[in-house]
Amino acid sequence: MTTHAIDAQALTRRFGNFTAVDAITFHVEPGEVFGFLGANGAGKTTAIRMLIGALQPTSGSATVAGYDIRTQAEQVRRRIGYMSQKFSLYEDLTVQENITLYGGIYGVSNRDIATRTGDILARIGLEHAAAELVREIPLGWKQQLAFSVALLHRPAIVFLDEPTSGVDPITRRRFWELIYQTAATGTSVLITTHYLDEAEYCRRISIMVDGAIAAMGTPAEVRNAAGAATLDEVFLKLTRTGAAA
Amino acid sequence: MRAFLGFVRKETLHLLRDRQTLAILILLPVVQVLIFGFAVRTDVQDIAIAIVDPTPDVATQELRGRIAASDRFHLVRVGSSTKELELEFRRGSIRQALVLPRDVERRLGRGDSLPVQLLTDGSDPNTGGIMQGYATAIVQRWYRDAVPAAGGLRIEAETRMRYNPTLESAHLFVPGLIAYVLTIVSAMMTAISITREKETGTMEMLLVSPIRPTAVVAGKVMPYIVLGFVSVLLVLVAARTVFGVPLRGSFVLLLAECGLYIVTALALGVVISTAVPNQRTAMLAALAGLLLPTLILSGFIFPLDSLPRPLQWLSHVVPARWFLTIVRGIMLKGAGLATLWQETLILVGMTLLFLGRGSRGLAIRLG
Repeated sequence: MTTHAIDAQALTRRFGNFTAVDAITFHVEPGEVFGFLGANGAGKTTAIRMLIGALQPTSGSATVAGYDIRTQAEQVRRRIGYMSQKFSLYEDLTVQENITLYGGIYGVSNRDIATRTGDILARIGLEHAAAELVREIPLGWKQQLAFSVALLHRPAIVFLDEPTSGVDPITRRRFWELIYQTAATGTSVLITTHYLDEAEYCRRISIMVDGAIAAMGTPAEVRNAAGAATLDEVFLKLTRTGAAA
Repeated sequence: MRAFLGFVRKETLHLLRDRQTLAILILLPVVQVLIFGFAVRTDVQDIAIAIVDPTPDVATQELRGRIAASDRFHLVRVGSSTKELELEFRRGSIRQALVLPRDVERRLGRGDSLPVQLLTDGSDPNTGGIMQGYATAIVQRWYRDAVPAAGGLRIEAETRMRYNPTLESAHLFVPGLIAYVLTIVSAMMTAISITREKETGTMEMLLVSPIRPTAVVAGKVMPYIVLGFVSVLLVLVAARTVFGVPLRGSFVLLLAECGLYIVTALALGVVISTAVPNQRTAMLAALAGLLLPTLILSGFIFPLDSLPRPLQWLSHVVPARWFLTIVRGIMLKGAGLATLWQETLILVGMTLLFLGRGSRGLAIRLG
């Protein structure tokens, strides 16, 4: 079904003899918040890099926003937003200059940039700081700004790579409110995180172990299937057996 | 196109907001011209010289007078024995000694050969050679004038130094300095600014965006092209006003060749940036891999002829070598493209090679 925001079929990437991503099959629906979990080195980043068109798959296929990641990488890139854990903002540019730059890169018209800038700044409470250098604003705001900028061109799906690491709990809560607001407008959100309490906020999650998806479903389904009380337990169980295998 | 212009604007803002770096980049050309012009001179002045003259007479008096009158030399003393010389050389109170034989006047009168010993402090071979040349010239001219022209034909060579008649080292180093400054401004800064984006994670975002990697790089280098031209002009103006270095050829051709070399340097910067992980490594790579060859293997500081044979071969792959030949040709000899087309073509070829290599490196990163 091409109506899925992401549809991956047996997506695989090998580096030499090492299989980083091993035939993963999953989909993300429009407006869904999908948690992409796994230990470091489990293959999350490689999988995401393929989905955002930065890495060619070795085999398998995937569509993102209805476009084939192999043959239509250009269209894929226009329809996605991406925010890495490093926030991808220019510290020596002002808030306004960052927004304008990203708008220009994604071909957003000047008028739309102007109105959306107002919306963004009002939503995260940064109206007073449009002319301030990003370097000068607090980390929590930086992160919300980076997220808003990744949404400036109204993508069909936004990829968040550990967006909440190093942020205080209150800001994290505020950030999740932003994520829900975004999902409510129909934009899908694929998020990776190491905080398993955050995973509970996702509608569905997948847990990757050694390049393969070891568990997938709503947080409750995943817990029940593993016979565990918390996602922490599930995670430890899966990654330990994975390490033993 | 709008994305590209936005990118140029962003890169210009980076450059303008980093005041310290910008100040260094603007001051660098001027300071370098002054340092090289005043301190690193290869022409020698005020050579402390001692003359050993066991039997002073009219002829030796004449020679002494000529040496004392030359502003190249500073006559420390005239003695009658060579005993003290060794000590004086070691102390550094003299750098040259001229030892004359006995009875100079009488030998000259008979037309005998005149055994003269010239001792030179050779601890710096370059200046040693130059000092020797100056002293020999004075002695020979004195000898010619002193020996009566009786009997037979005498062949006399009138020597002239073309293009740089007073052998000013300033005229020679300015072209090299342009290459040196452009290596820093264009190559190193490009490499640093691209690797900085790798480090801060913004490059990742750019590679995920619809903007093409070549557009990213083109946007990044634009301000450095402008800065490169500014540096060239600063070097030229400083060299002209302070040292009177001439520009005999076409100014437009000179700027065009400098523009070519700016692109060469930028391309090298891109090649470096695709090969190294961070700013620090980029800087080291640019210094060791680009600046050192530009200084040593281009003919800037050491004449290419004086390099060992393998290094002379190696110098052929150093772009600065060709650029130096071109700029010296234009500035000092007034040469045009008719004589410099080969060097220009080589430089164009190298530039295309580096550009190809650089853009392939970018494409590989996209995997």
